[in-house]
Amino acid sequence: MSTTLTTHAPVVATPATLNPLQTAAPRFYDDGTHHPQQGTLLGFWLYLMSDCLIFAVLFAVYAVMGRSYAAGPSGADLFNLPLVATNTALLLLSSITYGFAMIGMQQRQKHLVLGWLGLTAVLGAGFIGLEMYEFAHLIHEGAGPQRSAFLSSFFALVGTHGLHVSFGLVWLGTLMVQVKRFGLHAANRRRLMCLSMFWHFLDVVWIGVFTVVYLLGSMPPV
Amino acid sequence: MGHDATLHMDHHSVHHEDDDAHDTGYHASYRGYAVGFGLSVLLTAIPFWLVMGKVLPGPTITAAAVLLFAAVQVVVHMVYFLHLNAKVEQGWSLLALIFTAVLVVIMLAGSVWVMHHMNTNMMPTHEMKNIS
Repeated sequence: MSTTLTTHAPVVATPATLNPLQTAAPRFYDDGTHHPQQGTLLGFWLYLMSDCLIFAVLFAVYAVMGRSYAAGPSGADLFNLPLVATNTALLLLSSITYGFAMIGMQQRQKHLVLGWLGLTAVLGAGFIGLEMYEFAHLIHEGAGPQRSAFLSSFFALVGTHGLHVSFGLVWLGTLMVQVKRFGLHAANRRRLMCLSMFWHFLDVVWIGVFTVVYLLGSMPPV
Repeated sequence: MGHDATLHMDHHSVHHEDDDAHDTGYHASYRGYAVGFGLSVLLTAIPFWLVMGKVLPGPTITAAAVLLFAAVQVVVHMVYFLHLNAKVEQGWSLLALIFTAVLVVIMLAGSVWVMHHMNTNMMPTHEMKNIS
């Protein structure tokens, strides 16, 4: 390696040969076809993937502990599937309304964006409201997180998801104020795209929750 | 070639600021969201119906069917809502997702497998009392 360099250096005696990246980089890595970005969206995606691992651990705990009732109530006794279906519908609807906000953003229509974001916030708040009602009801019935391993893992998993949605709502409110006051400039569009990924990601996690926790949990043991 | 590339770059930097397609590699459309939403409604309604109506003969088949519907719906959300494909961020997003999926499968399947065997191999409590 070092011999090649020393034999070539006298032939083309420019500083570029000593540091080939200096001249080669713009031609080969930034020729206009790749659009390298500032990296925020990829970075945020990587954050979501690590968040996914947190949920995977909680799902694993629930998968192991979900049938350890400690002679207490089971999922079949506790879960109210019509309520869960309503919650699922609210979250799914909020996903598509956020999508419409993104279309409004592409068309640079501030009022469309704010309208759809507002509707998304209402649907998300409805989801959290119903979930808090469900939790309060369970705790009131004596089926709180301390009752059994099943209920501990249930509250840990579903509660973590609910906390994520709550923080998403805070973020959503903040961005609505931002867009209202400063418009759809590049930084705000980037923020809206990050929250879009976050919001849709939470809907994906909810698919796992309603399937594994509520649907499988309210069935008799396999 | 060098000159061409420079022109090309200038052309893009001019339009870059105002073009989300270049920011994200996708263009969202009402049609895409509507298709994703319709599929999601179906893929949610059917498993709820299967469980609440006890449609299938046994719990094992129902559980397998419900999990399958969930897996398909996750893919639908990834494609239609998160706009994921092999081109986003030059494929790094998809690569990160595949890596995460592998970890998640190992973690879930491994936990269930190990703990199941631990439970079945545990000495029953009444036998444990006889030892001491």
